[in-house]
Order: sequence, then structure tokens, then C-alpha cells
Amino acid sequence: MSHAELTERVRGIIATAQHLPQEKVTADSTFEELGIDSLDGINILFAVENEFNINIPDDAAQNIRSVRDVVEGIASLLEGGQGGQAAVRA
Amino acid sequence: MQHRVVVTGAGVISALGHNCGEFWRSLAAGRSGIQPLQAVDRGLLRFPNGAEVQGFDPSRYFDEKEIGLLDRFAQFGVVAAREAIAQSGIQWSEELRESTAIVTGSCVGGQTTEDEGFVNLYRNNIPRVNPLTIPRTMENAAASRISLETGVVGPTYTVSTACSSANHAIGQAFWMVRTGTARAAIAGGSEAVFSLGFLKAWEAMRVVSPDTCRPFSKDRRGLILGEGGAMLMLERLEEARARGAKIFGEIIGFGMSSDAFHITQPSPEGAARAMRSAISDSGLQPEDIGYINAHGTATQANDATETAAIRKVFGVHADRLAVSSTKSMHGHTLGAAGAIEAVATLLSLCNGVLPPTANFTAPDPACDLDVIPNQVRQQQVECALSNSFAFGGLNAVLAFRRAP
Repeated sequence: MSHAELTERVRGIIATAQHLPQEKVTADSTFEELGIDSLDGINILFAVENEFNINIPDDAAQNIRSVRDVVEGIASLLEGGQGGQAAVRA
Repeated sequence: MQHRVVVTGAGVISALGHNCGEFWRSLAAGRSGIQPLQAVDRGLLRFPNGAEVQGFDPSRYFDEKEIGLLDRFAQFGVVAAREAIAQSGIQWSEELRESTAIVTGSCVGGQTTEDEGFVNLYRNNIPRVNPLTIPRTMENAAASRISLETGVVGPTYTVSTACSSANHAIGQAFWMVRTGTARAAIAGGSEAVFSLGFLKAWEAMRVVSPDTCRPFSKDRRGLILGEGGAMLMLERLEEARARGAKIFGEIIGFGMSSDAFHITQPSPEGAARAMRSAISDSGLQPEDIGYINAHGTATQANDATETAAIRKVFGVHADRLAVSSTKSMHGHTLGAAGAIEAVATLLSLCNGVLPPTANFTAPDPACDLDVIPNQVRQQQVECALSNSFAFGGLNAVLAFRRAP
């Protein structure tokens, strides 16, 4: 999956989770700009984990504060082959 | 006429042992009960540790029929109530039974039973669920069992306000005895949290520590879940004295508030209002408080917010207060937390010893209070608060005084 495709899918997930029109969620949006608080944030990560069948460790999750952080986090987990249960213990 | 309300019995079962004596020995040694989880497959969770009640054999406390009727959370409540009642030495008369209240707290009730039943239904394709599921899972199961066992028939109910449940329960019972609505009360809370479905839900909240519970430490990584129960026997001071009962301490104030801020993020204003309200209800001044048993969950948000709230309420006196979180030893027992911490606070006042915040590693400028790091302190305090702040923004604070 290309970086652009990944970004589009993440924008879609965030827009759906936050009930926002997708054009408001850009590749450069921060969570703060989008009004995403900590509870919204973990809800988005839950949607991302389901969509890509990955497990995002808590430590990584704490540093995710923008659309770009989400995209890069997913890319590194997918590259590392950390799908399914493998990342549960991370 | 208002009555002074004293505690004449306390019972507790937790990761620190099955009774008050074991509980206090651990607290006074600063020994944590946090261990690798036994109840579930740790490989299925991002966090491997919890504060489980070790070596609990229900058949030591209940016959087989009773065990069938009682979820683990209710068993803990009943075991704690029996200890509190026995310790108080109270003698039941018909009149006393009619005028005694039972108020318990629980956040999730019999979710262990529910989890087992639903695994059978959804995964094992067993199309029937145990008919005792409903009486086992109801959050008032412990209160009802205590009533059945003791024959107490006064006001009996259960409060469920997440992590503040037990403080709300004890506070209500305290007010009933103070105003004369009840002559005595059995009050506390119990919780059993260790089923896979429920733990996965906590995992998704991303607030559970992957190692241990380090309240107020700079490197704290979240809470550690715990299970257990604690109950107090409350009586009017004059009646306790008249029958020569041992008095553990006095409950002198109760304060509640709602944040109306956010469903999970805490607010310093809401917590401060509950503390102020408890102090005001007790007739004391903030400067009279010497110790706070903090909510102190060891999440980033709670500990910094609680510190800010304490500073708002106490001003410069905040630097003279001792504050500790005993959750570092018995874990966060949700709906039982306030009750277990009430026992910890009463025993601290009784023994002239303040329990530490265990597992403390490094100070956090956002939590710049005297948190009694790691080492027990010999210090006789006259008055103390015990804080509970719940998800949903509901706060409940109790104020205690050393036995008169």
C-alpha cells in the first residue's frame, strides 16, 4: 500500500470516528485542530487496529497526536510485520 | 439531633491478605500485592500484572449452595462484612436489626459470572445460561446476602458510581447514622475484576500500567487493577461507648461533587469541590487535615490533577500535608477502592503510622506533594481525608478523625 493510499484510509477512519467531513481531516491535521481529545484518540486507535489488524502498543499510542503520527505509526507496524497477535506483548 | 458516628469494626480482603491484620501488616511494611495475573491468560493482554486476592478458597467461608449463589465480588463483600461485624462485637436485637442500614458499592458487580456465561453462549455454543446468573450478577448481591445472613432489615441498597462507589456508599451510611435515620450501618464495597472480557476493555482504555503502579512518580505508566472488598460497622458514638466497644476512629465528614467536564478526563475543580465539601461537612478547617489517602491511580492525568486540586483546597498547608496512595500496594479496586482505603486511613489514625506510596522512583514536578515515598512513616495524625474520583466525573471524599 502506498503512503498516499494509507493516508487516505486514515483520513477516512478519523472522519468517520469523529463524525467530520473527510475534507476537514487533512494529512497535516493535528488532533488538537480536529478537537480530538484523549478518549477520541483511543477510539481512533481502536478503529485503526481493527482496520489494519495491527496492535498498537501503549507507549507508541501516547505519542500519536496528529494524522501524520497515525499514518507513520501504521506504516512502521506494517513494515515490521506486527500484525495480529504478534504485537500484543510489545 | 445529630449523632457522632464511629467505626467499631472493619473487614477487608484484598491482594494484601484476607483480613484486617494481614492488610495492615503489608501496608505498614510498604509491601505491594501486585503480581503476575493468575486468573486469565496473560499472553492475551498488554499488561501482565494485577493485584489479585491470593489463595482465596470460597469453601472456607461458604457452603456449596452459597457459592453457587454468590459471584466472587459478592463473596468478598460478605467476607469483609463478617469480619467487621465480628470485630465490632455488636449484639443484634430485633429493634437494632430494623434500624440498621446496609449500603454497599460496586462498579461492575458480577461481571465474572456474566463473562463465563457469555463465553458458553457465544463461543461454546451452549444455548442455555445458568439461571443463577441474574442473582449472582446484580450489583446489590453483596448487600442482599449481608442482610440475609445478619437479619438486618433496615435501609439496604447499593451505589454504583464507578471508582467512587464505596465512598458514596460509606458517605450515605454515615449521614444516615448521623441524622438518626439509622441507628447503625454496615457500609463498604467489593469488586472482582479479573475476567478476560473486562480486562480487554481496560486494555483498550490504555491506562493500565505494563509493569507496576507508581503513583505520583515521574515515570508512572498507569493504574494496576485490583480486587477485594472492605466493610465498616458504623455506630453512634454514645452507643458504642455504652457497650464498651473498641473504636477504630470517627467519620466526621462527607463531600460529593460532579465535574461536569469530561466523561473520562478529571478536573481539579470538581475534585477540589468534593474535598472542600467534606471538610466543611466535618466542621474542620483545611489546616486540621494531616493526611490524605489519595485517589492516586498512577495515571498521568489523575495524579497531576489530584495534586492541583489538593493545592487549590489547602494552599500553603499542602506542603505540610502527608499524602499517599495505597493503590500502589492493593491496586485499584474500582467500586471497592473507597472502602479499602477507608480501612487503610482508619488503621493509620489508630496506629500512628502512615502507609507509604510504594514503587516510587522519581519525583514529578506536576505532583510536588509529600507523597511518603516507599518508607512507612511513624506519625500520629488527628484528621485525614480519603479521596475517590470516578470516571464520569463523580467525586466522593470522606473525612476521618482519630478515635475520640
